[in-house]
Amino acid sequence: MLDKKNNHLKIALLGNPNSGKSSLFNSLTGLKQKTGNYAGVTVDRLEGETTFFINNESHPIKVIDLPGAYSLFPKSSDEEIACKTLLDKKEEIDVVVIVLDATSLKRNLLLATQIIDLKIKTVLVLNMIDEANSQGIIIDILGLQNTLGIDVVCLNSRKQEGFDNLKKAILNARISSSVFYNISTFNTEFISYKEFIISHIYSKKTESDIENSDKVYRFNIINYLIAKFVKTPAQLSLKAITSKIDAVTTHRVYGYLILIFILFLVFQFIFFISETPMNWIESVFLGLGDIISTQLPKGALNDLVVNGIIAGISGVVMFVPQIAFLFLFIGLLEDTGYMARASFIMDRVMRPFGLNGKSVIPLISGTACAVPSIMATRSISNTKERLITIFILPLISCSARLPVYTLLIAVMYPKSTFLGFFNSQGLVLLFLYLLGFVAILLTAFVLKRIVKTTESSFFIMELPVYRWPQGKNIGILVYSKVIIFIKEAGKIILAISIILWFLSSHGINKEYQELEMKQQKLSSSYQTLAIKKENKQIETQKLEQSFIGHLGHFIEPVIKPLGFDWKIGISLITSFAAREVFVGTMATIYQSEDSEKSEGIKQKLLNEKDETGKPKYNSAVCWSLLLFYAFAMQCMSTMAVVKRETKSWKWVFAQLLFMSVLAYVSAFGAYQILS
Amino acid sequence: MKTLSLAKLKKGQKAVIKSFTNKTLSSKLIEMGCLPGETFVITKIAPLGSPIAIFIAGYELSLRKDEADSVLIELIL
Repeated sequence: MLDKKNNHLKIALLGNPNSGKSSLFNSLTGLKQKTGNYAGVTVDRLEGETTFFINNESHPIKVIDLPGAYSLFPKSSDEEIACKTLLDKKEEIDVVVIVLDATSLKRNLLLATQIIDLKIKTVLVLNMIDEANSQGIIIDILGLQNTLGIDVVCLNSRKQEGFDNLKKAILNARISSSVFYNISTFNTEFISYKEFIISHIYSKKTESDIENSDKVYRFNIINYLIAKFVKTPAQLSLKAITSKIDAVTTHRVYGYLILIFILFLVFQFIFFISETPMNWIESVFLGLGDIISTQLPKGALNDLVVNGIIAGISGVVMFVPQIAFLFLFIGLLEDTGYMARASFIMDRVMRPFGLNGKSVIPLISGTACAVPSIMATRSISNTKERLITIFILPLISCSARLPVYTLLIAVMYPKSTFLGFFNSQGLVLLFLYLLGFVAILLTAFVLKRIVKTTESSFFIMELPVYRWPQGKNIGILVYSKVIIFIKEAGKIILAISIILWFLSSHGINKEYQELEMKQQKLSSSYQTLAIKKENKQIETQKLEQSFIGHLGHFIEPVIKPLGFDWKIGISLITSFAAREVFVGTMATIYQSEDSEKSEGIKQKLLNEKDETGKPKYNSAVCWSLLLFYAFAMQCMSTMAVVKRETKSWKWVFAQLLFMSVLAYVSAFGAYQILS
Repeated sequence: MKTLSLAKLKKGQKAVIKSFTNKTLSSKLIEMGCLPGETFVITKIAPLGSPIAIFIAGYELSLRKDEADSVLIELIL
């Protein structure tokens, strides 16, 4: 949280969702904003700084962007946080800026009159005034201003018009002397409206009758205000252009085709196009590692910096292209208004599973990677639906599983065999993908009945009119998501990857020390093929003698019923960093010639024999491993991002436990049945 | 005129809100501008029959069919 200094003016932006509040926040603060936490909830806290220059004087301003709300009687966790923060004395909010969508003034004025009755310094902003005017809605600003008793400023935050007036109004903000709903005449318990609202929010005593009478009373006054100060065309109807686009986007055939096309595009970007920048990042960090390893003196520090820290940071930054692309799409879909339509046509499909219409985008991008997808669940405003989506996401077959699947399927079916018309390797892969989808639907279906929230699941929401997306809003969204990931999830990922690196490249016993000495001797001699081969053998022996090597032996009794030996055990532990590490570790263990390609390691696995001399990697072991990797968490980055998004370790461990049990039981079942 | 539930309406039909049968839903609907006496038009019905969208108080609002069922209305011919 920002420190409150006496010379700062602290303003809070409040308004209905879709009122253009976030646009205004972005215009005011630009990149000088940061995302923080509200205690105990998953809602992000947005704060920023700016300076107003008025009459050659500079005024430092702190801005807090409160979550969207329709009234001071909270119906969602977003609204509850908005109200609580507004009323929190410790926040020391000086001025409330209420942002209203001028095209639907009536609904927006409800919250405005409630804020005025709180007796806080307030400024009212009529946003999208040009849009209202073009619809024939003409507002008598002065008349409205006099009746409300506060400054009313017209703004077009999309075109950056009206900002000077807004700044002046904020600096001269005042408390209105008008009272709309005099609480003491209705309920003698309370002497002020603020007291009434605080009691409603914190002790939840208010009956819906009292709440409704407050709102109906206000709407009567609002109707009067609108009749007096607003000229509305006799026949107000939905904007023609929105109507026309909706005829296609919510059509029973074209609507779904368009959604499928958009999902396909998102998938393409996250799965394939992100690969190129990810390769760049990898080579930049490899190059950086090379430079540093030659510059620093050889030894433990060199090893830590190059193989521990730089490799770890590289693993964090690697996610940036996928996060950026996904939020570019989400920003576009939200800013244009399409997201609400996707939600509209998908609600009936997703609802039986306790999911939201908006869950569909994270679920599809989850087939590429769970990490950005879990961050993308933030657009789901219902807490329960959001938590369920986060919980099931890592079960979808992501791209990191592909190298594991490919290797094991190739070991199972070394030559392409055909089952009638189908290639058996392809069928297994398809089966694993379908298994992921069945698993998420079943899990969601069960969770829907288990997860309890006080929040009711409404679908009572606005379908905003279509608008052109704003580059600035989307740019700031992408930027802030990348920063959040690097700062908050990144540190956890870095920490775990350094621990894993340490455990796999260090050992305390005598054998390990001897191996290290031997390797050092080798490195000074001329690198012939024989020496290289010997070096590789030492690498393998070192891994076996490292902490992780011993851990692999240690867990063998636990994984034996799954058909796994200590070698697989080592790979299970190292691939906790990311699933694809499995292939690399197996290559090291089996001293594959070509550790990068799965062809070499495939042959090694095919040649591996068990105690009785039969092939070790039979279909029972392969299926057991496949199912294990289909269901097990095996991804520290996912866990880090779940922690960041749910703001609690409770969900992380619940998810880890659930997935581990599911993986263990299915691998056990497969091995016992097939062997 | 007899009252019927909002969920029974077809696309394009115009009606006026009369009352609500569910208190929790009514307080949410009221703050969204769905007041008794307010007129509205059904603008769309999602392909699978739910949700429904109505144009009311100058904007478009969507709600699920079972939520719409709690709103009693009177048709305007």
